[in-house]
Amino acid sequence: MTENTHTNEPHVLPLSIYLGIGSILIFLTAGTVYAAGIDFGAYNLLIAMAIATIKASLVAMYFMHLKYDNKLYLLLFLSAIVFLAIFIVITMFDTLRRGDIYEIKSGAIRDAVIYDSLPADTTTHAIADSLSISTDTTDVVIDTTH
Amino acid sequence: MNKMPETHYLNCKKGIKSWLTTVDHKRIGILYLLSIMFFFFVGGMFAVLLRLELLTPDKLYIDSDMYNQFFTLHGAIMIFLFIIPAIPAILGNFILPIMIGAKDVAFPRLNLASWYIYMVGALFAVFSLVAGGVDTGWTFYTPYSTTTSTSVISITLGAFILGFSSICTGLNFIVTVHKLRSPGMTWFKMPLFVWGMYATALIQVLAAPVLGITLLLLIIERVVGIGIFDPAMGGDPVLYQHFFWFYSHPAVYIMILPGMAIISEMITAHSHKKIFGYKAIAYSSLGIAFASFIVWGHHMFTSGQSELAAMIFSFLTFFVAIPSGIKVFNWVATLYKGSIAFTTPMLYTLAFLFLFSIGGLTGIFLGALSVDIHLHDTYFIVAHFHYVMVGGTVIAFLGGLHHWWPKMWGRMYNETLAKISCGLIFVGFNMTFFTQFIMGAQGMPRRYHLYDEAFRPFHAFSTYGSWVMAVGFCLMAYYLIRSLYNGKPAGNNPWGALTHEWQITSPPPEHNFETIPITDHGPYDYDKVVAKSTLTEN
Amino acid sequence: MSQSHSDHPEFLQHHFSDAEQQRESAKLGMWLFLLTEILLFGGLFVFYAIYRSWYPEMFINAHTVLDVTMGTTNTIVLITSSITMALAIRSIQLGRLKQTVWYLVSTFGLAGTFMVVKYFEYAHKFHLGQLPGHFYTFTGIEGTNPHVFFSAYFLMTGLHGIHVFVGMCLILWLIVKTKQGKFSPQYYTHIEMTGLYWHLVDLIWIFLFPLFYLVG
Repeated sequence: MTENTHTNEPHVLPLSIYLGIGSILIFLTAGTVYAAGIDFGAYNLLIAMAIATIKASLVAMYFMHLKYDNKLYLLLFLSAIVFLAIFIVITMFDTLRRGDIYEIKSGAIRDAVIYDSLPADTTTHAIADSLSISTDTTDVVIDTTH
Repeated sequence: MNKMPETHYLNCKKGIKSWLTTVDHKRIGILYLLSIMFFFFVGGMFAVLLRLELLTPDKLYIDSDMYNQFFTLHGAIMIFLFIIPAIPAILGNFILPIMIGAKDVAFPRLNLASWYIYMVGALFAVFSLVAGGVDTGWTFYTPYSTTTSTSVISITLGAFILGFSSICTGLNFIVTVHKLRSPGMTWFKMPLFVWGMYATALIQVLAAPVLGITLLLLIIERVVGIGIFDPAMGGDPVLYQHFFWFYSHPAVYIMILPGMAIISEMITAHSHKKIFGYKAIAYSSLGIAFASFIVWGHHMFTSGQSELAAMIFSFLTFFVAIPSGIKVFNWVATLYKGSIAFTTPMLYTLAFLFLFSIGGLTGIFLGALSVDIHLHDTYFIVAHFHYVMVGGTVIAFLGGLHHWWPKMWGRMYNETLAKISCGLIFVGFNMTFFTQFIMGAQGMPRRYHLYDEAFRPFHAFSTYGSWVMAVGFCLMAYYLIRSLYNGKPAGNNPWGALTHEWQITSPPPEHNFETIPITDHGPYDYDKVVAKSTLTEN
Repeated sequence: MSQSHSDHPEFLQHHFSDAEQQRESAKLGMWLFLLTEILLFGGLFVFYAIYRSWYPEMFINAHTVLDVTMGTTNTIVLITSSITMALAIRSIQLGRLKQTVWYLVSTFGLAGTFMVVKYFEYAHKFHLGQLPGHFYTFTGIEGTNPHVFFSAYFLMTGLHGIHVFVGMCLILWLIVKTKQGKFSPQYYTHIEMTGLYWHLVDLIWIFLFPLFYLVG
């Protein structure tokens, strides 16, 4: 099988790589703490995340050997990130966009009317009257604004 | 006359302990068969009881609280304990390693562990049944699920644990397919059943962890009150639905993809014709797996999510129809000019094509935003998902069970009774659920205990249908169990099929193969290789 | 089995044809497991992202009560433990058993340090009532629903802490096994797999640290 072409000898990296990458990681940690002390406004989060992503990539590529191993593992790792991104981004299409089209007014939910049988005249307005709700359906009364 | 082999996986070791500690994928498949069929029976009982209650518009024999618990348990048991594990854990476990020429799955002990995890999860679910029941519906929507006094925690904990069982099976299959294929078994010589299982396993591994965290958050919210989903504390109940459906929509494809995988297998074996569009079917499985992750919001069109999100989800939902359509057209094209044998598995295959097409197409109605506003939370939805889940997955599962039954036990069932049972289930199913499309379109809401007199004839007819189906299932249980004792020995290859599992004895030997098989032809090369049925040559 | 199996080592399970196939299978299985772990934590990251986008000011106000010194210390401790873990694998690849044990013990010690620091942080927050949901009694944070910040904080660092604890148990087990001489340059799958797990735990912390301690 094509996937089993590796030799049985373990792939040993030189000590300098581990120590070098380790030093970079600690340096970047100091860097991100320092950067957090400066106010970049809206870019604060972006900078912190960029540094964290670089650190995470280093750990994954060198400590977890993704750079040297079968690329299938890299694919799996990246697909986890991709699906997570799908989860966050699409959910935010909802959570950040509620009430864009219809203005939703918040307020107490009206008292529900409990009824046993429908009145004889079952036109829409008759039902609406019997339940004492307005037929103006834009007046939705659920609080979903944040 | 065919003879049973002298030693095989069933009799190589004896005693209950040899079964409970087995790491043989075939025996684990049988363990799953017994436990999953038990829960199928329990879930089925709830279904029959529910339909009986709905015979009349007023209370017949259970009150509304009990009714709520019944439909919740029917849903939760059928989804989490039956339909999600059924095909991968029973047929996948039994057949997949043999199909690719392996002696076992990659992690046999993990495989056994997955069965024990399944049983522990099932125990929690059963516990909630005796400890007061659950009345939230199988979706456990907040805020009701965090406030109701019924035993939500134990059943969600059960579902949480069952998620791990599902992950273990999926993980095992992916590694097995990648690393344990026998020489010559290239990716595009794998039977399509393996492709379907592989796509299913990918979804299991990617989606089940999110269910895990969702249910964990639900439990923590209920026990401690951390304010994630509780609007009184600034939380958002709709966010729970996002979390839940991010798993549970892909889970719907965990249910249907294995069914499709079985159909691809049966349709060629019983029409003795090379599959039409092998690669298209293989890739469409992966396509469905991917598409399943970007459409979850179509369960939430009326939940108060933003209009923008609803439109995006509605748009994306239509994409699911493309790979599904590719599959159906390829299956139909496979039948064209094949030498079709009307065996029981073939009858189930044809039933699947008919029922799944209805289920799939009504899914497109529901994916359309404006239509869904009218049809949501009606019996139309109930009918739609039963057409896909029962008409699709369960019918395919039953077909697969009949297809591989002679391989599992070495004996044939009574073909005549099997055909009668298949017919009863098909007719009963359509009686039960087609009526529900009509009711739903006319506005009968789902999950209602008491209903308007106008719907009485529909509900009554639906209930009669459920009885026809129940008779069909009882008949099936009868002849399948009977076949174990006095069924005719099936021989290695009763259907004259070409995949690896039909080249070894029935039941298979303990380690599947005497020598590692070399794959030199495709799984469906009926135009090149002739395989005679071991039933007809005598 | 048709192939000759004169060189069939003790650790090789019957259904694998050679040690390489077994090792590669274990590794693929481990990566799939790590993928499930990422998605498990992923749910909580989604939770964080959405509430932060809803209440950005509250998150920024609330994060100031976390102790950056302790957080930074823990980050450096965890990164160092990742280095020692990677070096433990390197040592076993080279067949240096004693060195392997030494590196594993260091990793264990660093993980323990992380947990102790975490304990002091948690104890402090319990004392001040900076707690999730109903238990939130602190009053010093401006903004909407500050208890949600602590729900996220405790859930994410708590789940991470559980993973650190599990990792410590695994490392302890590895120390015992290595001392018993179960591992060699030909067979060190368990150390390699635990290493992968441990690096993932580090990787998750690399994101938790700035999200909670630095930018809120």
